[in-house]
Amino acid sequence: MELLWNGLLEAARLIATGDPDVLQITWLSVQISGSATLLSLLVGIPVGMALALARFPGRSLCVALVNTGMGLPPVVVGLFVSLFLWRSGPLGFLGFLYTPTAMVVAQFIIAAPIVTGLTSAAMQQLNPRLRLQLLALGASRWQLLWLLMREARLPLLAAVMAGFGGVISEVGASMMVGGNLQGQTRVLTTATVLETSKGNFDLAIALSVILLLLAFSVNYLLTWIQQRGRTP
Amino acid sequence: MTAPILEGLDLRVLYAGRPVLEVPRIQVRAGEILAIIGPNGAGKSTLLRVLGLLEPPTSGVVRFRGSRVAWGSGDLLATRRHFASVFQEPLLCDTTVEANIALGLRLRRAASEAVTTQVQTWLARLGIAHLARREAGSLSGGEAQRCSLARAFAIQPDVLLLDEPFAALDPPTKDELLTLLHGLLRQEGCTTVFVTHDRDEALRLGDRIAVMMDGRIHQAGAPPEVFGRPISEEVARFVGVETILPGRVVAEQAGLLTVEVDGMKIEALGRATVGERVLVCLRPEDLVIRRRDERVGLESARNHLEGLVEDATSLGAQYRVRIACGPALGGVVALVTKQSFDDLALERGTPVIVTFKASAVHLIPRSHPRPPPSAGEGQGGGDFRDRRQGASHIQR
Repeated sequence: MELLWNGLLEAARLIATGDPDVLQITWLSVQISGSATLLSLLVGIPVGMALALARFPGRSLCVALVNTGMGLPPVVVGLFVSLFLWRSGPLGFLGFLYTPTAMVVAQFIIAAPIVTGLTSAAMQQLNPRLRLQLLALGASRWQLLWLLMREARLPLLAAVMAGFGGVISEVGASMMVGGNLQGQTRVLTTATVLETSKGNFDLAIALSVILLLLAFSVNYLLTWIQQRGRTP
Repeated sequence: MTAPILEGLDLRVLYAGRPVLEVPRIQVRAGEILAIIGPNGAGKSTLLRVLGLLEPPTSGVVRFRGSRVAWGSGDLLATRRHFASVFQEPLLCDTTVEANIALGLRLRRAASEAVTTQVQTWLARLGIAHLARREAGSLSGGEAQRCSLARAFAIQPDVLLLDEPFAALDPPTKDELLTLLHGLLRQEGCTTVFVTHDRDEALRLGDRIAVMMDGRIHQAGAPPEVFGRPISEEVARFVGVETILPGRVVAEQAGLLTVEVDGMKIEALGRATVGERVLVCLRPEDLVIRRRDERVGLESARNHLEGLVEDATSLGAQYRVRIACGPALGGVVALVTKQSFDDLALERGTPVIVTFKASAVHLIPRSHPRPPPSAGEGQGGGDFRDRRQGASHIQR
């Protein structure tokens, strides 16, 4: 109990004093997971919408693959990204392994199916006749897609939260492709693992509290955007 | 005759190889209200989607103001923007009422002052100005449909397409909205295609009526023509003819025909040759019932059929009374006001005389043997028996 209490005190101290190491680790976490989430939105929303709205052969197979991808174990992603980026691997020449870029790639692979799958579900729960009504009101194809996204904004923001939540909290892939290098690829989760293994529980608790606060702030912001203007 | 503003030629739509729409020609004239009526599944909505450029036909041509619409071209959107549609579901967007009404204009990138003016105008004309800032999701069914109508009118479309807009509303709301819509359409002179399965709605709104069944237009014309002179038994049943009796013309004299039905003679006005097999159509509201023991003075009606009351169903202000007139004749259905029903003291087995004018009789030639009844015909041809079972019998 004392351990936990000390950890919380240490967390408060680190945040209050603006410890440079902790700030750097936190900022890197935000950058890596934020970039990965943004990339996954750029890919996941259009693909998810296409899966929901278009009819083509093999669509069910694609949806099943995406849904499976939503549960991809981060260590498996870490393993395959490592294999590809390994010095002798097919993409080894890029020199990405143990860089933040590699971590963004791995986290993108984790987040993209989540965003795609939830976007597809969000679009499919709209009334199918709404498309016809919007076209009948004179919407162009792009206007139609924009309006449908606006109609599905609640579940779409939930998709963003799920994607970000999935990558900010994962540790396996970041550890494997980033290497947890101090000042370079150390993020909140990998740092927590390291400090715990060293027995520095107070620092580990502090880092996890910061991680939780970060996740909460981002989700609070997104929830605020999501629920804006909604009457209870 | 005004040139058609919207026209469909040789329209065919197949779903999974099955034809759901086969319309060789349909014309909508500028300024008219064309009501398309027909039972559920007749292809009315499909036709409306094709005419509204929302669904390409499998084959055929749609012309707007004389020019052929090219599906899949950039012009399609431009042409579609001359139309506005209202469906059975209001299908409002998840935003305020005023933003919903502004939507069509915003999609057309109209100037914001123009949008505001139009939105205010149509909020007021549809009687929903007080709801302007309400979330669309919080509206009642009637309010939502008013909002949907305002959204369509705000575009100031050249053609308004209405697909059963009142089908989901309760009777008082529906009645109120029908009256409102009728007034708005008359004031605006807006060309309208109105799809409904409700013949009363069609009668109230339509300048012209097209009866659709099994994907085809069976008859089109002015309401008195379609309702008074249906061209086939199916159309007759749909437009409310409840008595259809097979007979044969046995005499003709100066336009007055005598038709023999099950041993009885019925006089009718019309054109037919002696010996021709016909169907005698009688609308329930054209028949008058009196008790057989009642003494009457001179009657102008030429036809008098004797029968026994079989059953009666209350419709509120009126009673639908079925009278058995002969062993093979089946029955004759008449509408009687509640007042007359009570005065006549009708009950099951009461001997009555059904009278009607020769001009109330409509004859349909029966030159071809009737096709065997299909599954869909059960709603039209077989409803006599069904209705008899469902009818509430006289309790007196």
